Amino acid sequence: MPGKLKAKIVAGRHLPVMDRASDLTDAFVEVKFGNTTFKTDVFPKSLNPQWNSEWFKFEVDDEDLQDEPLQITVLDHDTYSANDAIGKVYIDIDPLLCTEAASIISGWFPIYDTIHGIRGEINVLVKVELFNDLNRFRQSSCGVKFFCTTSIPRGYRAAMVHGFVEELVVNEDPEYQWIDRIRTPRASNEARQRLISLMSGELQRKIGLKVLEMGGNAVVGYLQCFDLEGESGLVVRAIGTACTLEKQSSGSLVNTHTHPNTAPASNACNSPSKDGKESPLAHGCRSTHNSPVHSACSSQRLSQNFSVSVPTLIFTGMGSGGSAGKEAGPLKTLLRQQTQTALEQREFPFFTLTSFPPGFLVHVGGVVSARSVKLLDRIHNPALGNTRSYKLLDWNSVTADEPETRDAWWEEIRQEIKSHAKALGCHAVVGYSENTSICEEVCILSASGTAAILNPRYMREGCLDIGSTDQRFDDPSPPSCGFCHIPYDELNMPFPAQLTYCYNCRRQKVPDVLFTTIDLPAEAAVTGKGCLIQARLCRLKKKAQGEVNATAISNLLPFMEYELHTQLMNKLKLRSMNALFGLHIQISVGENMLLGLASATGVYLTALPAPGGIQIAGKTSGDLNNEQHIQAIQKRINDTIAKNKELYQINPPELTEEGVGSPIPEPRHRSRLFRSHSESSDEVSELDLSHGKKDAFVLEIDDTDAVEDIHSLLIDASPPTGFYTCNTETMPGIYNWTTAVQMFTSVRVLRLSNANLSNQSLNKIFTDLCENLLKSFYFKLRSNIPCCLCHLNFTVAVPEEELIQVSVTAVAMTFDKDQTQERFITKGGIETEEQLQFPLELCADSSSTNAQPSSKFSGVPENTIVSPRAASVDYGSFADRCSTWLELLRLKAHTIRRGSVKTSRRTQSLAHSVSSLEHCSPLTEGRPRSLRSSRSFGGSSVTMVKMTPLSFLPGTRIIKYLGIINMFFIRETTSLREEGGVSGFLHSFIAEVFAMVRAHVAALGGNAVVSYSMKDCVLMENPNKNQAQCLINVSGDAVICVRETDQEPMTSMTNIGQTCAADGAT
Amino acid sequence: MAVELDVFVGNTTIMDEEVYQLWLDGYTVNDAVKVRMAGGMLDECEANQDVLLSDTMDQYRTFQMCERLLQSPAKLANQLLFQIPPHRQTMLIERYYAFDDVFVREVLGKKLSKGTKKDLDDIGAKTGVTLKSCRRQFDNFKRVFKVVEELKGPLVENIRQHFLLSDKLARDYAAIVFFANNRFETGKKKLQYLTFQDFAFCAGQLINNWTVGAVDNTVEDMDVDLDKEFLQELKELKILITDKDLLDQHKSLVCTALRGKTKAFAEMEANFKNLSRGLVNIATKLTNTKDVRDFFIDLVEKFIEPCRSDRWTSADIKLYLTHYTNSAHILDSFKHQAVWDRYMGVIKSCIYKMYHD
Repeated sequence: MPGKLKAKIVAGRHLPVMDRASDLTDAFVEVKFGNTTFKTDVFPKSLNPQWNSEWFKFEVDDEDLQDEPLQITVLDHDTYSANDAIGKVYIDIDPLLCTEAASIISGWFPIYDTIHGIRGEINVLVKVELFNDLNRFRQSSCGVKFFCTTSIPRGYRAAMVHGFVEELVVNEDPEYQWIDRIRTPRASNEARQRLISLMSGELQRKIGLKVLEMGGNAVVGYLQCFDLEGESGLVVRAIGTACTLEKQSSGSLVNTHTHPNTAPASNACNSPSKDGKESPLAHGCRSTHNSPVHSACSSQRLSQNFSVSVPTLIFTGMGSGGSAGKEAGPLKTLLRQQTQTALEQREFPFFTLTSFPPGFLVHVGGVVSARSVKLLDRIHNPALGNTRSYKLLDWNSVTADEPETRDAWWEEIRQEIKSHAKALGCHAVVGYSENTSICEEVCILSASGTAAILNPRYMREGCLDIGSTDQRFDDPSPPSCGFCHIPYDELNMPFPAQLTYCYNCRRQKVPDVLFTTIDLPAEAAVTGKGCLIQARLCRLKKKAQGEVNATAISNLLPFMEYELHTQLMNKLKLRSMNALFGLHIQISVGENMLLGLASATGVYLTALPAPGGIQIAGKTSGDLNNEQHIQAIQKRINDTIAKNKELYQINPPELTEEGVGSPIPEPRHRSRLFRSHSESSDEVSELDLSHGKKDAFVLEIDDTDAVEDIHSLLIDASPPTGFYTCNTETMPGIYNWTTAVQMFTSVRVLRLSNANLSNQSLNKIFTDLCENLLKSFYFKLRSNIPCCLCHLNFTVAVPEEELIQVSVTAVAMTFDKDQTQERFITKGGIETEEQLQFPLELCADSSSTNAQPSSKFSGVPENTIVSPRAASVDYGSFADRCSTWLELLRLKAHTIRRGSVKTSRRTQSLAHSVSSLEHCSPLTEGRPRSLRSSRSFGGSSVTMVKMTPLSFLPGTRIIKYLGIINMFFIRETTSLREEGGVSGFLHSFIAEVFAMVRAHVAALGGNAVVSYSMKDCVLMENPNKNQAQCLINVSGDAVICVRETDQEPMTSMTNIGQTCAADGAT
Repeated sequence: MAVELDVFVGNTTIMDEEVYQLWLDGYTVNDAVKVRMAGGMLDECEANQDVLLSDTMDQYRTFQMCERLLQSPAKLANQLLFQIPPHRQTMLIERYYAFDDVFVREVLGKKLSKGTKKDLDDIGAKTGVTLKSCRRQFDNFKRVFKVVEELKGPLVENIRQHFLLSDKLARDYAAIVFFANNRFETGKKKLQYLTFQDFAFCAGQLINNWTVGAVDNTVEDMDVDLDKEFLQELKELKILITDKDLLDQHKSLVCTALRGKTKAFAEMEANFKNLSRGLVNIATKLTNTKDVRDFFIDLVEKFIEPCRSDRWTSADIKLYLTHYTNSAHILDSFKHQAVWDRYMGVIKSCIYKMYHD
């Protein structure tokens, strides 16, 4: 019995009137944990009861502590009839189980009812006493810290990055149990909320166990999702990156960069070592499509796989001397060997992180993704429906195959991703994420990430020979461009691409374009500013059932991927940029259509060649009208490009004539050779067609579709003056953020009135929907100008036939217009800036252009030697290129699948977990007292809680992580009209969710939520019946942050003072 | 193709003051959009009509959800649903409780009952204030009235604390409550020229000097009810007009003091007895509730109108009333100096305020 949970009910306020006669309420409270329930006395006739109860004590296993939430129910006492429930509060006590997080939960919680929403507030105190448990075979994983943040949390350093952890649990959905027909909607909703809370707890505990097994003490980039599979059940799954984190002494909190190579391996992540490059990488486009496969599974599941990868183009040797040719070979091999040994022991060398300690990421290969269409099975065990308790089902006996099946599905996809990464010459995948889209019985599973080569020093297995290997990795290429250098073999490129020597260091090869799913590395050299780039696509499909439906979807997917990529590519060029970060492609399935939305942040990487223009070509030449028309369009495109260059301040200095032809003559030659190897002969002839020798991207107008496409290309409005947009953490070129942040969530649903829409008009509608949303944001947030909308996260869904739903969560961050002001960098630190001087000087020397002093201010070179005309190779038609890749990949994927060998995930040695117990045991130290916010028992003002989807708050320092916030709510109404229609209903629900998140954070003593995200927002409505239901799942990290300049928590803003909790845990 | 749902929710609740005002003024969403468009909003941030409509709807919904809290402003500060910085909260409350002078002028002194509420559409039509706005304002009056009715202590302070209003607004509400409680007649044609601010000033004078609270600040309703004892004592002033000698003596004292100081001296001298009778009669009748109600109309009829027809200036009024009040002190046989001062102090200030040149 290793734990004692104590709870005290202090008071209530603003309770609803439950007795019409007296206009008052006789309230009492039930406190429940596991199967134990306590009650307070009835506090008669008051809307602001003061219970001031004793401490209710629950003696429980720590396993239960992790799984179960504390359930507080407020009721109205009724002498003659049943007591009426006012509402509930679920408190996740997980943050109390970790020494470094919160030590007490205390504060006002909104009392929530799934039918009526928030009904007053209740003041509660919760504490936990844990007894040290030395049992090594324990089932709990108390003390493992969880972070939603997808980077190493501030104030910590990663002693070790262990790698990928995943888990999923499955249960029957209470909403679909037979009992649901006879119970009230409220009971059903509460059953569901409670079940999901239990399942999340269990999932987290299981993942924690895996982390302990691996020897880690924390999970970063924790991503938990729900799949509401309807009748076939409910899946809760999570992925994350296991790490061993060490707390940094408070002195070094601000500057995460300590010393470079002097540190032993375990320190390595902190060092901004010269060899370090964060690398997002390149583009190219590969896609595979596997024809449908009927699995041999007894349940006759149909499974179809489809996958695409968008990798980098070329491998850049690690060559030290600069002559990439010979030396690169052996060195590269060496690198391969080392890193491979480091990573190959892992089944999945995946990392959910999107930004990394300097030196972690060596090269980036490009985006890899895989999709698979599955048919969900109905639950064929009616016995399950009879169980009244929502206790987790025993998988081993009843539905043994359920989690197994889902596991197998994901395993398949992950293998695919792994093989794609391999094909790109990479041994790891970073910025990895998984998601699903479900419609009826069809489910699309997707996974994507960025293939990369990592520095093995961070991996335990790779540390064997630190002394010597370290030297090898001291690659002279500067961190500002190193990550762009290709990781794959130049002579064996995974797809056709144009390579040039890096425009920054001139030593190694870079691709022409780079696509990645990670954040822009802090030290990357960027020219100008970035912007949000979206590709949007609708495809109609016939309504169908079962396998026919799955096949239809599966057949559509490759075309959608292809078109989305084409759109992204065109839009990127239109903005005169050459790299995408934070790429996220979502494909959502509905009954009669598929929606695709790709979002990314485009930037101009200084190291990469300038993108060529876009050239329009008409197939039917000779027609004079047509010619003119084409010229007009061409002019518009050229104008747009010119305008965009100005808007995003992309002005690499023009080179002299000599420079233009070829910055480095040799590589040009080489890559040409190259192309003829890898490209089909078609492409070569296409080159000649492409309007002269220009390095332009050619779009052919051969039918009306193409015309439409070009129009839609031009339709994207750039943000109004004063606004920037991105879907990554920060915007290159903007550093002096103020502390003003405004997080928001917006949801829009469109009803398509006309059933006979064409693909094109649908596309237009969808594009307009997204564009209009952005316009609305600009308008609403106009008082924040100048500002940047960061982390714009769009989610699309097709909740019903003819409905399109788009939800967006983002944060508006205001910055000081005066860019010369001292910059505030959250990631980079000062040393990065110094490092950047190096490449700058190099550039200045090697070309006749000088880096302008202005670049010193921003730390990012504004001017480099890139010339817009400098790309050394002509572009072929993009279309042809893609189709070639399709072919190529199809072949490759097959080969790889045959060759791949599965290794068991459970082979992790137990020895690690033993030795690391010291690290991670939460019980060895006394619990430190945490800073408490001053409590407002009396009802004084409420603590302000800031929320942001980013991992930091500008102008502040995070001094403590209080634990993960992971909440799931259901709201239902049977009086939709009275609540202001579906908009009114959702508006108040979202506001309520925010309120409950803030209250929980404040009760933990925090004043902010970072890495906040709304992972699900499922809305079902039936206006005819005046009903609606909505499910929302949110998560984030609760933190205490202080103003950068203060030592103590900000007092002015947040009421966080020195007021300690009356007593810490004993 | 129609937008089925469209919401935008900020962690910190976004509220546009301009839209808030339109909402308070009772504009419909569509009208509000028109007003905003006419106000040049389209030029900002490349907005279009759809953007404005969406924004306006969002804000209207937010305000509607907030309205419940605004009705008991103390809740706004410690509710959890909306995160609103304190200075914004103050603005929201202040504006919600703000009212149109033209509207309040119509209901001032009327019973805040259902009956009056039914007439609101007429009042709305007359004043050009939308019915919705009329209802809000009327309900605010009624709510404040109900709350302070049962409280002890100074009226203005109670209103300020319970509704978190600024001092100025709290004073206005005190006036409204005071008028409603004593049912002063303000609607007569002769009183039409007076603004709400004129009345509010007078109410302040009455509250500070004539109520129970002016002498004792512990009783209930102290600032709402007039001091009965004082009203009784006012009867004693009658001697000033019933005693012929006293009246003449008073007149000669005043005339001596005024002579040569004003152009209207002749009229003052001629009207002295009339005016004095008027003022003293008002005082002596205040024990009747009916006459209390007519207090303002009496002031106008008995004093202000005669003066105005003789074209007195404000300075004349001031001069006259000062000497009229002071001279009474010199009268040997007049023993009610304290009551006289308490009475004339208020009358003087009220008349100054009510006398428009």
